[in-house]
Amino acid sequence: MDFSKLKKQVILKGGKILDPIENTIKKSDLVLEDGKIKALGKFNSNKSAHLIDCKGLIITHGFCDLHAHFREPGREDKETLESGSMAALAGGFTRVCVMPNTNPPIDSPEVIRYIVDRSEECPIYIHPIGAITKGQEGNELTEMGTMLSEGAVAFSDDGLPVTNSAIMRNALEYGTMFDIPIINHAEDLCLKQDAVMHEGKVSTHLGLPSSPDLTESNMVHRDLSLTDLTGGRLHVPHVSSSKSLDHIRIAKRKNDKVTAEVTPHHLFFTDNDLQKFDTNLKVAPPIRTTSDQKALIKALKDGTLDCIATDHAPHTIEEKEGTFDLAPFGMIGLESCFGAVNKVLVKENNLDQLDLIQMLTTRPRKIMGFNDNLLDIGVNAELTIIDPNEEWIFSRADIQSKSYNSPFIGQNMYGRVKYTICKDHISVI
Amino acid sequence: MKHRHLLGLKDYPAEDIKSIIDTAFTFKEVLERPIKKVPSLNGKTIVNLFFENSTRTRISFELAQKRLSADTVNFSASTSSLKKGETFKDTAQNLEAMKIDAVVMRHPTPGAPLHLTKYIDAIIINAGDGTHEHPTQAILDMTSLHEKFGYLKGLKVAIIGDISHSRVALSNIYGLKTMGAEITLCGPATLIPPFVEDLGVNVNYNVDEVIEWADALNVLRIQRERMGGGLLPSIREYRNLFGITRERLSQHNKELVIMHPGPMNRGVEIDSSVADSDQAIILNQVLNGVASRMAILYLLLGGKSEGGKD
Repeated sequence: MDFSKLKKQVILKGGKILDPIENTIKKSDLVLEDGKIKALGKFNSNKSAHLIDCKGLIITHGFCDLHAHFREPGREDKETLESGSMAALAGGFTRVCVMPNTNPPIDSPEVIRYIVDRSEECPIYIHPIGAITKGQEGNELTEMGTMLSEGAVAFSDDGLPVTNSAIMRNALEYGTMFDIPIINHAEDLCLKQDAVMHEGKVSTHLGLPSSPDLTESNMVHRDLSLTDLTGGRLHVPHVSSSKSLDHIRIAKRKNDKVTAEVTPHHLFFTDNDLQKFDTNLKVAPPIRTTSDQKALIKALKDGTLDCIATDHAPHTIEEKEGTFDLAPFGMIGLESCFGAVNKVLVKENNLDQLDLIQMLTTRPRKIMGFNDNLLDIGVNAELTIIDPNEEWIFSRADIQSKSYNSPFIGQNMYGRVKYTICKDHISVI
Repeated sequence: MKHRHLLGLKDYPAEDIKSIIDTAFTFKEVLERPIKKVPSLNGKTIVNLFFENSTRTRISFELAQKRLSADTVNFSASTSSLKKGETFKDTAQNLEAMKIDAVVMRHPTPGAPLHLTKYIDAIIINAGDGTHEHPTQAILDMTSLHEKFGYLKGLKVAIIGDISHSRVALSNIYGLKTMGAEITLCGPATLIPPFVEDLGVNVNYNVDEVIEWADALNVLRIQRERMGGGLLPSIREYRNLFGITRERLSQHNKELVIMHPGPMNRGVEIDSSVADSDQAIILNQVLNGVASRMAILYLLLGGKSEGGKD
């Protein structure tokens, strides 16, 4: 990936502009000046401008990821805000919300401020998600109001579910004052026990400790009920099971404050792919069955799921090359996201290209309250340029993250991010 | 042999299982001789890599290796550098560097032997990986059944006890199904894995019905640590519902072969009066264990291997 400062004037020539707010795709050139959108229309190149040939390419909003782990502070050997930013740019993401399971956790206004200040130097926009409870311990609420004024955009205890229903109720209730999403990693840890994969036919063959889909859906159901009770805003992260979708679908009929995301890996893989005991596929919630996979695709189409989020979770090779029981949960996902979801959804399941782009741009942005139109004249350029039809194989060389725990390595991809423009810089991928 | 390693019996070819069993019978004759040693694996080096305690399986392998004149080294996790934080990968690569021919590995994690194949060129034999597979045990069980009945196709075998946590059960199911036997699982519902029907077996919670049906019972060890973990109420309850007792067997007027992979919890899953009776072939299983492991080592390391790939 080549990363450099934008020239004073740049002409994106011959591409199609996909506007996910106006729901339009039209042929147009686009001129950038001083890192801002200057004009749309038809333009001829001039000597001083940097011309980028966008023939056959789609120019759209920069992608937004609601769920990533940049490991800073505490595990800078896995990822930093800088390296995570480069991974994001390689995947077409210009805006990323980072989870608070750092060391120390992002559970105070001071740590929020630290992330916000550090992000100023980074080539993308990074928004911290604060912890719901102090130390992510599930006992005491954090100073949400003060954290919001320092730059938090949502609250989550991330990988640690809020098991105490009273605390979850309080979080949702307290959150109503600020109208921000509360995100709860939905897993019933009592039912999960020592499970490392989905309980199904495949786990019976592999002998790996497993837990059923109810492990997720029971807690999703509880959270939806508490949302109903409190009038709070709930965002359900990385939905993996058909049963959870049933609950979300019903809840959404009467409650427009419920939103939900799905990851590329839950769309792309099934538990059958675990036959080789690849630790890169060990993730929480676990990869589930073919019928869950189909249900997730359907749920994106019917609006039960709002958006795609990567749950980019870097781990060191040392941790992942051990045996299955010892490997930590999680995989990276920013760089491989578009090629994977475009293949599954657009190529294989006839989703409209425009819908997919909305799931990566306007829909996640709306959940976090980022509502500006990135194609308006005068705004800072935050654009992603894709080739929707390129067939390629994802490889280690495509990874910008400090870690490379990706089961997508070696997988066929369809559609590829070619350029990402953000903060007056351009990444050529 | 189709596969270079013996990692499990899932998708293991029937003709290879047959050929191991036939070879085991040949080696059993050797074991009956006054001089019980043959030079078949002279010059081969085998490491017994045990990350989990085992006495019987390790001794059985070691004896099989010595009877075949192989050089053997034992490595067990309690005496190893693993406690010093050495990784699985380092251990594997160190072994590889020492130019060995085969590794017999026991490990508490499912998939660990397959994982080892990524780091090592030697032939890998799985001596039990967590709750996944224990293929050499299943092969010795099949050798014992074949010896007793003369056939496996159509044989009715019941596996009784903790199926969920049993690598013996899973490998027996794969192997016996491949060889055409019928299988019924019997045990507490909390110890029968979900989706077990996908393995092509029957489940019956009534042990008396199962005894009526079966030609042979393979009785599995009930680990005391399962008690009180919410899976089993008590040993007394288990004995009442599933224990293979003399009283229970005497209510059934039939010939029945009793097997147990050991170690037995006498008085829990099986009574001494049953374990020590003529209908039990438990000690014969032990001898067949050595013969079967000799057969496996010989076929994979020395004998008729066609250099198959995995």
